[in-house]
Amino acid sequence: MSATTLSTSAPERTPTPAPVRTDEGRIGLRANFRHIGALVRRNALQIKQDPESMFDVLLMPVIFTLLFVYVFGGSVGASLGGNRDAYVNYVIPGLMAMMGMNIAMAVGTGMNDDFRKGVMDRFRTMPIARSSVLIAKIVVEIGRMLVATAILLGMGFLLGMEIKTSVLDLAGAVGLSLAFGASLMWIFILLGLTMKTAQAVQGVAMLVLMPLQFGSSIFAPPSTMPGWLQTFTDYNPLSNLADAARGLINGGPVAHSVWMTLAWAAGITVVTAPLAVAKFRKKS
Amino acid sequence: MTRIDKNPNGGRTGNAVEVRGLVKQYGGPQGTRALDGIDLDVREGTVLGVLGPNGAGKTTLVRILSTLVQPDAGTAMVAGYDVLRQPRQLRRTIGLTGQYASVDEKLSGWENLYMIGRLLDLSRKDARHRSDELLERFSLTDAAKKPAMQYSGGMRRRLDLAASMIGRPSVLYLDEPTTGLDPRTRNEVWDEVQRMVAEGATVLLTTQYMEEAEQLASELTVIDRGRVIASGGVDELKAKVGGRTLQIRPVDPAQLPAMARAITETGLDGISGTQAVPDEGLLYVPILSDEQLTAVVGLLGERGFGIAHIGTHLPSLDEVFLAITGQKSSVSDTAPEEIAA
Repeated sequence: MSATTLSTSAPERTPTPAPVRTDEGRIGLRANFRHIGALVRRNALQIKQDPESMFDVLLMPVIFTLLFVYVFGGSVGASLGGNRDAYVNYVIPGLMAMMGMNIAMAVGTGMNDDFRKGVMDRFRTMPIARSSVLIAKIVVEIGRMLVATAILLGMGFLLGMEIKTSVLDLAGAVGLSLAFGASLMWIFILLGLTMKTAQAVQGVAMLVLMPLQFGSSIFAPPSTMPGWLQTFTDYNPLSNLADAARGLINGGPVAHSVWMTLAWAAGITVVTAPLAVAKFRKKS
Repeated sequence: MTRIDKNPNGGRTGNAVEVRGLVKQYGGPQGTRALDGIDLDVREGTVLGVLGPNGAGKTTLVRILSTLVQPDAGTAMVAGYDVLRQPRQLRRTIGLTGQYASVDEKLSGWENLYMIGRLLDLSRKDARHRSDELLERFSLTDAAKKPAMQYSGGMRRRLDLAASMIGRPSVLYLDEPTTGLDPRTRNEVWDEVQRMVAEGATVLLTTQYMEEAEQLASELTVIDRGRVIASGGVDELKAKVGGRTLQIRPVDPAQLPAMARAITETGLDGISGTQAVPDEGLLYVPILSDEQLTAVVGLLGERGFGIAHIGTHLPSLDEVFLAITGQKSSVSDTAPEEIAA
């Protein structure tokens, strides 16, 4: 099988003596921000097109607040030395921590779906930093988290929550839970990119999340828990976040728990963000 | 077969794409070789058709050339950039339209194009203009504000093409751009591709259809099981596989031998392959051009042969493979295309 030789039917071109091109393909910081902006817009438009995707953010805080306050509020409130109102002030800051975790989990499943679509191939063949696709997703999810937190606080106020410190401290608590939630998103993005299906992501996430959420100080003070569990809750970053938010809203010592939360958030991000970006880069 | 390049990794050779010895294996050492040492060139400003059946390695080739997949061996240069070592630079010069439309289904056509414009560093104003312009050009202006998920298959493919063109890429990959499209939409896509080439783009087109390759490409590379089995100009390859075949059914089957003789005596290029098949009552005449077709039909009329039916037949992918390799392609259930003249 011999090959037919080349025909000369195409127009003759004068050969330009250009060398192999060696220019740098770096993407500047401003370009990077512009790309992230365009991709944030994409994610926001997707929400606008599909408003149902906001249901979790709108309803989760309402349902959780009602359930926990009315189911556990009376008895846990009594053990806190008060009543249901005392529990509202206890559980709302805790729920801020839980909300971040649940929204982060949704990022993982959503990511898995999103990455099966052809549009990701297009992004990966474009001259943009591959991390910008992931960062844009996180920016939008932080926005969703902010909406959920606002609703949660609104519910709290309706049920009688009081800010015993200042609005500034409250803002600090919100900021802290957003920062921690954002770091969790990197874990779930990594999971979403690693696992084959969205269902698998959800399955694994639930297994990890349930013990983390309930084995913490989110819903009840750990003082009545057995020793081994108290040790676990002490090291559970969700406890740190819940304690920090609680301290910032209700007053009390916060330095330790705030620093621990920030350290966890920074640690998780430093480890998982580069892994997630690398995974995204290699995924084919 | 290998076409030795005098200047494989040096200065410009007039080739927008140069591929040498490309190998890609999936699933470990015992896995399948999607590409098994591919060599090919696409000269600047031309269309190379990569023809092959399903599973021949066409999509793997395109994915490597667009930095989505890394090859296991071999080199590939696109617009002077090395696919492996300069992927970021390379991405600035290419456009890709895959078999599956790669647009965001939840976004409107306009929003898709605008987003890509911004990702390609166009200013807001330029991105807006370019989106409007391309929607107009691809007849999508009326559907500009509708989400892409409401588009028909053809509209989606056109939006995908428009998206690939926003950055005015110098090299465009079209991976089976018309697979699954109806003939009308297919023609629209062909028109657009021809227009892009007229504007100076270099195109690497993969296809399963000889007809599509013939319509768009000036040169062809035929691949099967990850190997190049033939390459060259479309005309040469056509001559080799017989180009179109003219089927003539005479009124009187007894005249078949006389007709065959008359046609062969014209001495036209490639006409010696004329065959009379009395069993079918048909005369098969290989033709390379419309002029030959006219000449043959005119001759039969002049000599007073009565013709009951006449048709032309493009070689199917199978027949191309049969002609080149003497064996069927790895996937041989492709239905032959019959086109009435």
